[in-house]
Amino acid sequence: MNGYPAEMRESIKKVEATRMRRLDETHPRMSMEERERVLDEFHPDYIEERMRAVRIGVSKGQRMPLELAEIVEGRPRVSPDFDLSEPTAETDVLVIGGGGAGASAALLAQENGAQVIVATKLRFGDANTMMAQGGIQAADRPNDSPAIHYLDVIGGGHFTNDPDLVEALVMDAPYVIKWLEDLGMMFDKEPDGTMVERHGGGTSRMRMHSARDYSGAEIMRTVRDEVRNREDDIRVIEFSPAIELVLDDRGHVAGAIVMNLETRRLAYIKAKAVVMATGGGGRLHFQGFPTTNHYGATADGVVMAYRAGVELGYLESMQYHPTGAAFPEQILGQLVTEKTRGLGAQPVNKHGEQFVFPLEPRDVEAAAFIRECEERDNGVLTPTDQPGIWLDSPMIEIIHGDGTVEANLPAMVRQFKRFGIDITKEPMLVYPTLHYQNGGVRLKPDGSTTVPGLFIAGEVSGGVHGHNRLMGNSLLEVTVYGRRSGRSAAAFAQDATVGQPNLSHVANWNQELDETGVDTGVVSPILLPDYTRHV
Amino acid sequence: MDGRWGGVGVTMEEQQEDLIPVYIMGKRYMVPPTLTIMKAMEYAGYTLIRGVGCRGGFCGACATTYRIKGDPKLYFGLACQTVVQPEMYLAQIPFFPAQRSTYDITAMEPTPATLFSTYTELLRCLGCGACTKACPQDLDVRAYMAAGMKGDIAEMADLSFDCIMCGLCAARCPAEEAQYNIAILARRLYGRYLAPRSEHLEERLEEIEAGAFDERLEALKQLDRDELVERYEARDIEPESGD
Repeated sequence: MNGYPAEMRESIKKVEATRMRRLDETHPRMSMEERERVLDEFHPDYIEERMRAVRIGVSKGQRMPLELAEIVEGRPRVSPDFDLSEPTAETDVLVIGGGGAGASAALLAQENGAQVIVATKLRFGDANTMMAQGGIQAADRPNDSPAIHYLDVIGGGHFTNDPDLVEALVMDAPYVIKWLEDLGMMFDKEPDGTMVERHGGGTSRMRMHSARDYSGAEIMRTVRDEVRNREDDIRVIEFSPAIELVLDDRGHVAGAIVMNLETRRLAYIKAKAVVMATGGGGRLHFQGFPTTNHYGATADGVVMAYRAGVELGYLESMQYHPTGAAFPEQILGQLVTEKTRGLGAQPVNKHGEQFVFPLEPRDVEAAAFIRECEERDNGVLTPTDQPGIWLDSPMIEIIHGDGTVEANLPAMVRQFKRFGIDITKEPMLVYPTLHYQNGGVRLKPDGSTTVPGLFIAGEVSGGVHGHNRLMGNSLLEVTVYGRRSGRSAAAFAQDATVGQPNLSHVANWNQELDETGVDTGVVSPILLPDYTRHV
Repeated sequence: MDGRWGGVGVTMEEQQEDLIPVYIMGKRYMVPPTLTIMKAMEYAGYTLIRGVGCRGGFCGACATTYRIKGDPKLYFGLACQTVVQPEMYLAQIPFFPAQRSTYDITAMEPTPATLFSTYTELLRCLGCGACTKACPQDLDVRAYMAAGMKGDIAEMADLSFDCIMCGLCAARCPAEEAQYNIAILARRLYGRYLAPRSEHLEERLEEIEAGAFDERLEALKQLDRDELVERYEARDIEPESGD
């Protein structure tokens, strides 16, 4: 593969021509009013006709993207008459999902005395956690504090976040770093042990901890390895996604129905407590956007928890990461880490000029990119007419010295090198890509929900980030709330007995669909996107 | 869902004429030449369950081995990151039964003896380099195994850091090593025992234990929106460090 075509090279020359001048110039930050204006006019969340209210269930009226509403209102995969009399397995705590939140929950549940089963859709560790590159926030430097972190989170979320959830997030953060360090995670450090910490979009202190640009992968493989070391107490069942929760006659959780993806057989796993850690829904491609998400991100947990009667929230807001790859087409939508901007790479238009502060909160930055391309016609077009913005990565080498890009962004270097692009010398073309589900299932700071015994952790939840998540707070969320939910679930299971298991909530759901005439023609959770060619 | 982002790229329609032949597990299919191996399989009609994960080159689920017709050389790559070529014979490795030891990371010493006793097969490495040739991350697997055989945990950890644990090295190894499982042991030993500790982190934990931030947090939680906006806009922003 041989890099950029001639037309794009012309624009790169302009980027090179302005580079030395731009080293001393940074586009100013937007005021609150400017932020609101660009969001209102250009952010996908604000496009009314692509959103609608969900028509049934306890959060009737909750607005969400059309593609999600279709799935949330879907028909269950399992019949309410499914035989629950002989569970295939029984355990104290069932963790649904094998990503960062699920693995953290499994470890803490086990440490607190529970026998654990982890049921996961694909392989253990196939999750967005594995793909998170940039880092994890924690206020652990002397000039920082959990209070400052709190203010950054709340402001980034447009002051809509659940304050108690944010408090838990920022106060637990340093403990999570310590926990990961003790598990053997290799953080980027100075020779004296000081953590290397940088800014992310919307941070007022440098508190982004990283492990090169494999931060999430390093967290995931470390906690996964630890789960595997505890195989006597934690059983992991792969290729077996949950398709429905099971409740008992008192409305407490009683386990879940899982499907073997290869044989398609269903099984009932009976449990005293369940941690729902199924991740987000990027593979639903809201508003037709490409996504950074892993293959299994189809919002299953939102569907299952909602049918069991737990409220949803904040789902009117999705996160579009400003810097998804826009060229070459083979990697369209894949993540270019925010750390690239944290290291000094500026976004510039086709004329080689800046048009936005490089590290606005993600929704503002993404909306500014869309405005620059759509309204101002200053985007760069690829041969397939995909618009994009240059991300001037060679600046990093000039600011921090030769070799910085290779040392700090090895995954990015490798990604682009495969297609003949050397990001130490040439900029990357980027455009917003669907990245994160800000909203989801409502929870309390201990991970609990309105259904006794059901706990929530990670991207499937809603409230902690308000309407916009900052970089480095999702790896933090999966570990903080994974740990909290695992601990809470083990404590709940200790005293719990399971009553008569049943699927009457599924029968009720079917009845509500019938009575209201809601019929989207979808059976959900969908489990996997359909990418086969229909001929 | 219309397959736009998976099997069929946005511009595929106009490229129908330029299809190329590939062989998926021995069977011939015509696919557009711009697709990755993964998208070509979906274009051919496969609904992937095994051999697919993050689709972004980070998870190691789609380790693939391939050959080009007439060329005896065996090539390796990630299906989500490798573009198809004409006459490519493809097979994915859905699962590889690699040896993995269980251990208690809290009760170990970061010594060569720990590496050798946890993975006795480490010292059987022949140094042939088949692993290095197979690595889709272009890691020098042989070099990190050599570091391991010297008992140099730090070097093994550093050289293996970008490993995505896809298992191609183990699949090719004549000495039956599971290189990637040994490497994560080295990294965890390094991270827990050999990396310098963070004093500022320990100090912060002591402050939190002592309740140093409780009042400030509680006060912030009580503020109404306008007060929060005011506080947020008045934040002093730490300058970028120009290290």
